[in-house]
Amino acid sequence: MSSTKRRDDRRAAWWFLAPVLAGFTVFYGYPAIRGAWYSVTDYSMLNTPTFVGAANYDKLVHDSQFWRSLLVTLWYVVLNIGSQTVLALIVAALMHRLTRSVVLRATLLLPWLVPNVTVGLLWMWLLDTNLGFVNHLLTSIGVGPVGFLTDAALAMPSIAAINTWAYTGYTALLLYAGMLQIPQYLYEGASIDGAGEWRMFRAITLPLLRPVLALVLVVSLIGSFQIFDTIAVTTQGDPAGATRVLYYFIYQQAFSYFQMGYASAAAVFLALILGVLTAIQMRLLRASRSDLA
Amino acid sequence: MRKFFGWAVMAVIVVATLFPFWWMIRTALTPAGDLLSDNAGLLPRDPTLVNFARVLGLTSEAEARAAGGSGAHIDFARYILNSVIYCTLIAAFQTLFCAMAGYAFARLRFPGRDLIFAILISALMVPPIFTLLPNFVLVKDLGLINTMAGMVAPSILMTPFAVFFLRQFFLSLPRDVEEAAILDGNGPWGIFWRISLPMSRGPLLTIGITTTVWAWKDFLWPLLVGRGEENRLVTVALGVFLQQSPNTQPDWTGLMAASTLSVIPVALLLVFVGKRLVQSLNFTGSK
Repeated sequence: MSSTKRRDDRRAAWWFLAPVLAGFTVFYGYPAIRGAWYSVTDYSMLNTPTFVGAANYDKLVHDSQFWRSLLVTLWYVVLNIGSQTVLALIVAALMHRLTRSVVLRATLLLPWLVPNVTVGLLWMWLLDTNLGFVNHLLTSIGVGPVGFLTDAALAMPSIAAINTWAYTGYTALLLYAGMLQIPQYLYEGASIDGAGEWRMFRAITLPLLRPVLALVLVVSLIGSFQIFDTIAVTTQGDPAGATRVLYYFIYQQAFSYFQMGYASAAAVFLALILGVLTAIQMRLLRASRSDLA
Repeated sequence: MRKFFGWAVMAVIVVATLFPFWWMIRTALTPAGDLLSDNAGLLPRDPTLVNFARVLGLTSEAEARAAGGSGAHIDFARYILNSVIYCTLIAAFQTLFCAMAGYAFARLRFPGRDLIFAILISALMVPPIFTLLPNFVLVKDLGLINTMAGMVAPSILMTPFAVFFLRQFFLSLPRDVEEAAILDGNGPWGIFWRISLPMSRGPLLTIGITTTVWAWKDFLWPLLVGRGEENRLVTVALGVFLQQSPNTQPDWTGLMAASTLSVIPVALLLVFVGKRLVQSLNFTGSK
């Protein structure tokens, strides 16, 4: 590059960057600072924010509803990530060993393309206590009816299952793309040596997939911590707070009780969790790059 | 034998993926009065299109009520059109603006380039919920509630991910063609429009399609900013429709007809660009 004379594209660059810099400043940078400021103020959207120091954080630490929502969120994350990752691994491994069909992959992706609101409605209907198809099946074999979304113990697992249905195909395709990077001759060699499918999965696929798996896991975690739409449609945090996740807690504080300052403090907390996860994601991304280079 | 077992499991997974969609369509085609008596067969006993007609606003209030609706005005043709406009605006402009920035970061030379890029990318660490509340206050203060402008504002100019993704792509393009164009007397704009953009159709489409899908699914932001009838998106309309249900029981046949309508556009997208969409999903392209 040293052959070309030293260029300075300053003026052109300014025009190339203008829209993105404007968007970043107004809708990312400025609100990030403003959000941090709200978290130390008393603000209802009608008054001007007044500084209250750490009062919101102090209240947050002593708010049992907040801690409950954190626990509920973690419970959801464990259920959802657990089932979704295991299922997606099975689907990806099956596809990897059976077919390269684009039609099959597109079919599995369909639930991910549908808005979460639609997914929520659809499953609310399938799981309906009186008329839902699932309960129709259950009663025909003599079980139930079961109040999947109205029973406090079942509501969260049901929502985790709904989102597992919605995101397994997408996750499977990400893992499948990772599996395609594994050299085919490894499987051929192992097959000649008489290894079975399960053995090959454990000895070849799983270890070589690890960087991709870690990355997909973190990306799913980030998404999982931000669950909102499905709950807003189906249970709205009920029964009795059993599905009031952190995101829904923040939404309620801000837009039902107009406690913008308090909601912002809770948002800072969630942002910290997600910030750590994103930092891990970026590290993994860099690591997986250098592996392939 | 091993293969057979694998395909059997796969068949179960495909059925589990598709059956809920079938049940959605099946319910949409069932008369509301039959829901209790006719809830087992794969096809409704007396299929009807009345549920589609009423959620599209094609029936009178009395007819809609007779078919199990609340009688409130509802027009999913309009909400879908709104969603299409919303997605098109965001996907087209965000992709263009992020391509311009990505190109500048990859190819142009100016002071502070790497620092500015690092600051932009750090926004990936800021989760949407954190900027959502202040952005809502901002859009409200600007008087943009219930306008399309307010709804698209936060995402139409940029997302950090698209800038990052497109910069990586432009870095991977060979430089010789561009250098030849410089010798022909082209400035940065000329090169960008005439050479780099046409060479980037693939990645631009990938970003455009992915952005469209995410925009189609958007719910919380348009719910806060665009609840009004005029600019209501299909996701928001589904939420409002659920709350309008007449009796204790939700208007399931109407809701499933509306849900079906919300799926059709993305299903079409899958038919036309499914291959590209499926192939774009790898661990670097994930969001």
